[in-house]
Amino acid sequence: MAHAQDQILTPPPSNTIVPEKVRDGVDLEINGRAYRHTGDAQMPLLWYLRDVLRLTGTKYSGEHGQGGYDLVLVDGKLASATHMTVAELAGKSITTVEGLAAADGKLHPLQQAFVDEDAIGCGYCTPGWLMASLDLLNRHPQAGDNEIDQLPNLCRCGCQTRVRRAIKRVANGAHA
Amino acid sequence: MSVGNQNTVQLSRRRFLQVLAGTAGALVVGIRVAGAADVPVPPALLGDTLYGLGAYVRIDADGNVIIGARDPDTGTGTATSLPRIIADELDADWTRVSVVPLGLGVDDDNGKPHWTYGHQTSGLGDSIPAAWADLREAGALARWLLLQAAARHLGVPADRLRCEEGNVIAPDGRRFGYGSLAEAAATIAPPTSPVAVKTPDRYTLIGQPAGDVDARTIVTGQALYALDHYAGDALVAVLSHCPWPDGSVDSLDTTDTMAVKGVVKVVQLKPEAGIPLGQTVRAPAVAVVAENTWAALQGRAKLKLQWKAGSQSESSAWFEQQASDLVNDKNAVPAARVRNDGDVDTASKKAARRVEATYVQPWLAHATAEPMNCLVRLDKDSATLVVPTQAPQQAWKVVQRLAGLTPTQIQIRVPRVGGGYGRRLDHDYVAEAVMLAKEVEKPVKLMWTRDEDLGQDYYRSACVHKFSATLDGKRQIVTWNQRMASASALAQRGVADNRLWTSEVDAHQLPAGLVPNLRSDWYSLPSAMLRGPARGMPHLSNAFAVESFIDEIAHSLKEDPLVTRLRLIGEPRMIPLGDGRTLDTGRLINVLKLVAERIGWKNWLRTVNGFGIACWHIDGAYVAHAVETSLQGDRLNIERAVCAVDVGRVINPTGLEGQVAGATLDALSTALNLSISYKDSQVQQHNWKEYPLASMAQLPDTTEVIVVPGDRDPTGASFLGMPTAAPALANAVFRVSAVRVRRLPLMKELLRML
Repeated sequence: MAHAQDQILTPPPSNTIVPEKVRDGVDLEINGRAYRHTGDAQMPLLWYLRDVLRLTGTKYSGEHGQGGYDLVLVDGKLASATHMTVAELAGKSITTVEGLAAADGKLHPLQQAFVDEDAIGCGYCTPGWLMASLDLLNRHPQAGDNEIDQLPNLCRCGCQTRVRRAIKRVANGAHA
Repeated sequence: MSVGNQNTVQLSRRRFLQVLAGTAGALVVGIRVAGAADVPVPPALLGDTLYGLGAYVRIDADGNVIIGARDPDTGTGTATSLPRIIADELDADWTRVSVVPLGLGVDDDNGKPHWTYGHQTSGLGDSIPAAWADLREAGALARWLLLQAAARHLGVPADRLRCEEGNVIAPDGRRFGYGSLAEAAATIAPPTSPVAVKTPDRYTLIGQPAGDVDARTIVTGQALYALDHYAGDALVAVLSHCPWPDGSVDSLDTTDTMAVKGVVKVVQLKPEAGIPLGQTVRAPAVAVVAENTWAALQGRAKLKLQWKAGSQSESSAWFEQQASDLVNDKNAVPAARVRNDGDVDTASKKAARRVEATYVQPWLAHATAEPMNCLVRLDKDSATLVVPTQAPQQAWKVVQRLAGLTPTQIQIRVPRVGGGYGRRLDHDYVAEAVMLAKEVEKPVKLMWTRDEDLGQDYYRSACVHKFSATLDGKRQIVTWNQRMASASALAQRGVADNRLWTSEVDAHQLPAGLVPNLRSDWYSLPSAMLRGPARGMPHLSNAFAVESFIDEIAHSLKEDPLVTRLRLIGEPRMIPLGDGRTLDTGRLINVLKLVAERIGWKNWLRTVNGFGIACWHIDGAYVAHAVETSLQGDRLNIERAVCAVDVGRVINPTGLEGQVAGATLDALSTALNLSISYKDSQVQQHNWKEYPLASMAQLPDTTEVIVVPGDRDPTGASFLGMPTAAPALANAVFRVSAVRVRRLPLMKELLRML
């Protein structure tokens, strides 16, 4: 008995358990997973995604974020990753192009429609088109030409008419 | 045909196939290009160490097929179309084929580079023609070897066997997968002469539609462009370039920059003396090198940097005025008389009718989606780069000059490229990255910001065309006089003075061959603005001017412009144009009639909407556009755009449609909105707002592409859909608004004239 008592009273070796320090940082959710950014909180989301997390599907647009290559969804709303700092996104839920397909690899209907319509030029602008189209269909499930005309994306390869077909394919399919 | 050794088949003096047994029972067939081009020695005698294998097709024991794509894919679809040329000859099952982008292929030929894969350039419109001449035999040989292996196994003659979708099929119907035959096939001696390629009736993939092989990785965000590559410890560099290529740093204070957390170093770069444009730094630059992109960008914003102006102070308004003066100055001496058929001066004296017009087109930028960038890791005896280039062999030369090293010590990887349009035939950004990596002694990931990309480009020169045509009493065009002034894209690039015109105007362009007296003069303008190769050059500007002017002639005759064109072209016939070029008027008429019929041209006169049409030919390919526009107040709508192309044999109809539709929209976007302007040699466009590619709303809802079936050897199509879109649009705008747009960009001019 005495022996067992001694064991219980002996404190654990001090070097095996260290209480975790409080870490400063910004918590955010990206594609359903929790992240904490402990670096410069003023870093734009774009560079956090690309340089830190290596989620490179969101592309560089320009210092002014025009062009639509950098679009993501923040709490379901379309946003430019260039214009938002990590600090501003504390507690928010972000969806990037990497988060569109299902866990088993099944493509989102929009992704499948882009593949089926070959709505791809060089492909650099494609993630941005997908995010903007998703946002459009969330707001207008039966989006027609007038709604599609409002998309902000730019593409020099000229994929626009094929993108239009892809969006219509989903918009019509959803209500067929 | 001589045989190099038992594992090679000679295709021509310089090219031969090589068969290898790969690991784990794989069959590998590649094409190699002999290095010592002018040495008439059988390849076998030169020794294998001189050559690497251009690994084009590999059949694994499990039946999977891997095909290398040698040309960079900048959105041109070659990663899909080139492998399908090989896969068809192989009778492969396309669903089992994976395509691997081949990086630069280079061997060491006594210290000199030898390009393993031969052709390896994108965007010049010659990827498919080169592949057609080059790649089919590799697939044919692999199929032949698999057939022989099956024949030995079955003990029946090979000619009683056939191939279908990755199987050899025996006379009794039994099927043998290629994978099961690969190991045996690799041991069979190739035939002594090349295996005949298929006859067209046996094509299974060529001519059938196929989506982009990279589509899935692109839509899931997994496709890695060069800018998406990181080498663990690479530092990120961003630049600020001097507006004047011959300017210099006046003052530089880096205190605030160095105070930014993560900034490592500020480095100054300068163009090397005596190196042609595009192979060294574009202009003096200050680079901020940091641990991540955000730190580098902040550091650049905090530079206290003043540039000292260079020797030139030029404005785009001045340049355009000079160009206009030149084409109007009867005493000006052309830099080149590009074409001179008949006797324009004498024949024009008897004219019943004279038509004249002048067209002004602005400076343009490349505006690729993915900005210039380069990842480089330099070690003592190696250099590894990831480069978004259209011409990896040219990139290699830049790296070798700056880093030394032997040919095979330099590795260049070329992932899918975010747009090229000619910008990436230059490698100034590669030179910058290598210089920076040497300076900081660490791997460097260089990224041009958007403002640098638009404001520090190698631009397309503005140009002015002046035409004067005379017609006889029968309304036939008797003389055609074209005077064009521009700054050559080839200047300062080691091109002889008497060839500078070749980037500006085509000696065989319309209406050459159709008008008995035709003169085309090119006037050279100097400019301090740097220029370089651009998509569609020189056809884009010339087709706009020529095809607009033909409409003006039709208007002066009060004639349907389609009728005027058909009268000008005349009967279907072959017209030699010189330099081995021929104009097949039948094919030109065909594309014109196809777009006219599709758009409903018979309503040309009656409709309230405006119809416009234009046609062109480039190196044996034919194209026409018809465009329908409407006008609501000052809002121009492009209702429809129809394009017909005749490229000979079509490899991938889906890819071709994408290229033609895309080129149509690119050309419309450019014509509607885009121009680069500059004052005091400083470009005024730095972002997408100032260089506004057309929005979805501005462009037509559909692009209707008509592909003419053909059996001639295929021509390239990457820019074929561009030249006729803008003139068809301007001609349609004239019908709907009565405004003849003679100056681009069109929207600005239309709003000014309405």
